[in-house]
Amino acid sequence: MIPLVYNARSMMQRPVSTTFTAVGIALVVAVFIGMLALGQGLRAALARTGSDRNALVLRKGADSELASGIGRDAARVLAASPHVATGTDGRPLLSPEVYVLVPLPRPNNPTAVANVVVRGVSDQAWSVRSNIQLVAGNRPTSGRMEICVGRKLLGRFEHLDIGASLHFAGRDWTVVCHFSAAGSAFESEIWAENEQVMPLFRGEVFQSITFRLKDAGAFDDAKRALEADPQLGVDVHRESDFYAKQVGILGIMLSVLAFGVTGIMAVGAIFGAVNTMYAAVAARTPEIAVLLTVGFRPRQVLLSFLAECLLIATVGAVLGALLALPVNGIVTSTTNWTSFSEIAFSFRVTPLLLLLGIAFGVVMGVVGGFFPAWRASRLRVIQALR
Amino acid sequence: MALVEIRDVYKSFQRDTQRIDVFTGLTIDMEAGSFTALMGPSGSGKSTLLNLIAGLDKPTSGVVRVAGAEVSAMSPGELAAWRARNIGFVFQSFNLLPVLTAYQNVELPLLLTHLSGKERVERVRIALDVVGLGDRGDHYPRQLSGGQEQRTAIARAIVADPTVILLDEPTGQLDAKSSQEVLTLLQRLNKEFNKTIVIVTHDAHAAERAKMTLHLEKGDLVEKRAAVSGAAR
Repeated sequence: MIPLVYNARSMMQRPVSTTFTAVGIALVVAVFIGMLALGQGLRAALARTGSDRNALVLRKGADSELASGIGRDAARVLAASPHVATGTDGRPLLSPEVYVLVPLPRPNNPTAVANVVVRGVSDQAWSVRSNIQLVAGNRPTSGRMEICVGRKLLGRFEHLDIGASLHFAGRDWTVVCHFSAAGSAFESEIWAENEQVMPLFRGEVFQSITFRLKDAGAFDDAKRALEADPQLGVDVHRESDFYAKQVGILGIMLSVLAFGVTGIMAVGAIFGAVNTMYAAVAARTPEIAVLLTVGFRPRQVLLSFLAECLLIATVGAVLGALLALPVNGIVTSTTNWTSFSEIAFSFRVTPLLLLLGIAFGVVMGVVGGFFPAWRASRLRVIQALR
Repeated sequence: MALVEIRDVYKSFQRDTQRIDVFTGLTIDMEAGSFTALMGPSGSGKSTLLNLIAGLDKPTSGVVRVAGAEVSAMSPGELAAWRARNIGFVFQSFNLLPVLTAYQNVELPLLLTHLSGKERVERVRIALDVVGLGDRGDHYPRQLSGGQEQRTAIARAIVADPTVILLDEPTGQLDAKSSQEVLTLLQRLNKEFNKTIVIVTHDAHAAERAKMTLHLEKGDLVEKRAAVSGAAR
């Protein structure tokens, strides 16, 4: 094999073009990883929102909480269902919930508003959703206009400090607590008591009912039994599936962006690599002739130049991965296209994404290096020496 | 049987629409242990003959045989492997790889052998010692004089102990003193180590050092003369 030190040192002989090529690849890899991290973050936020031990009940045919409505009678029937688990206090672990969107002004631009979910929950909701934890304050007291704020909203909107008063739906609400929900979409919501929220918005209906399954493995039985009841007229979803599905079109969009945009950028970076390598082959024609004369096979020459381009691409790809790393954890938000509400989530740069990004860079190196390397290996020694 | 046999070789090039005949039935023998100088004006086919022996070029027809192997009939892959074992080639413009040290340049042909790392170190050391550059192994080509560069190239050509050493105007870019050093080295390789050497040269002084001078003109062998003084010097 032609020693790699030959390629490494040859790269250093043309530091400017090598650097530009590597940086080009690095930028593409960084954007690639960044975009995938965005999708990954959204997916993770929604996937963590639902629990597979919970069932979410909506009106038959409704595909989102916004489009759903369930009366008090149905709620009572459900509460008596044998599929619902009971808590330590003997009451069913079930939360009939009111789900409304409230436009809140953005602090930096009061004319712009974002839809924030206000979820009216029963006092059982805090037990049904096992990932909810208070990070400050105490739960809203029953009968009072008090709200608990998801921690991802903090800093994104004003008047959310404990003790502050937030005005919406024609009333003033007192902030009494902040909660976390393991990074899930609940962290982008405001929770209050369902009976306080209900009369202000939609009248005598809940939007959804979430309950803890007595037996998580028996979801299908529960679903079949409840959906068959004509009195109820509901669809039953596993909560985890319901939220995972909300990634839907947005997730696809993010993936298309990740692959589409970086695909186009990659073409540019590959042309850069091709150019650099063709120039390198042209400048080193006599050296290639020497290698062939000494007895190296054309295949070995091809591998040598391919290795050189790979070396540049790998350096670029690792650099790109390092560039992308700091976006990990940065919080951003988007509109959840299923619920039309704002959902805040973090970029998630996972080791797998880093590997994927580096692999992408390496592939760019192979594609960009192949034709110049092929040309080098096809060189006719006699012409090359002339 | 001669070591190098050129048998009834025809070679022609196509330049645009014109056909240029370089050889029309050339036949030459070179014995093992010979030191042959190829002379002649530009376009007489000296370098082409060297390339044919090295398997870098193919005759239009005829046979080129080196140590019994029919070079003119080998595939490119076979040729590469064969060249690595049998041919040491030295160029007019040295053609060392600029990013490798003298040591690494000399080691290149050994990377195609099955020698161990330790054996390679030993072989490179010997080759560099023979050309008088034992202390310059870690120098890069740009840090060497022209004469030293060419001696490094000769070390590269001999390190794998090839059957034939071919040199294409090796003193063409050297001053008189360096030229003499290189020619003396070649004579030594021929006499002490019994290396078979073929050198293409314009320089009559260089040719005098060879045991045999072949004059080519328009592809024909016009004169074959054994040196009287060259071999004795």
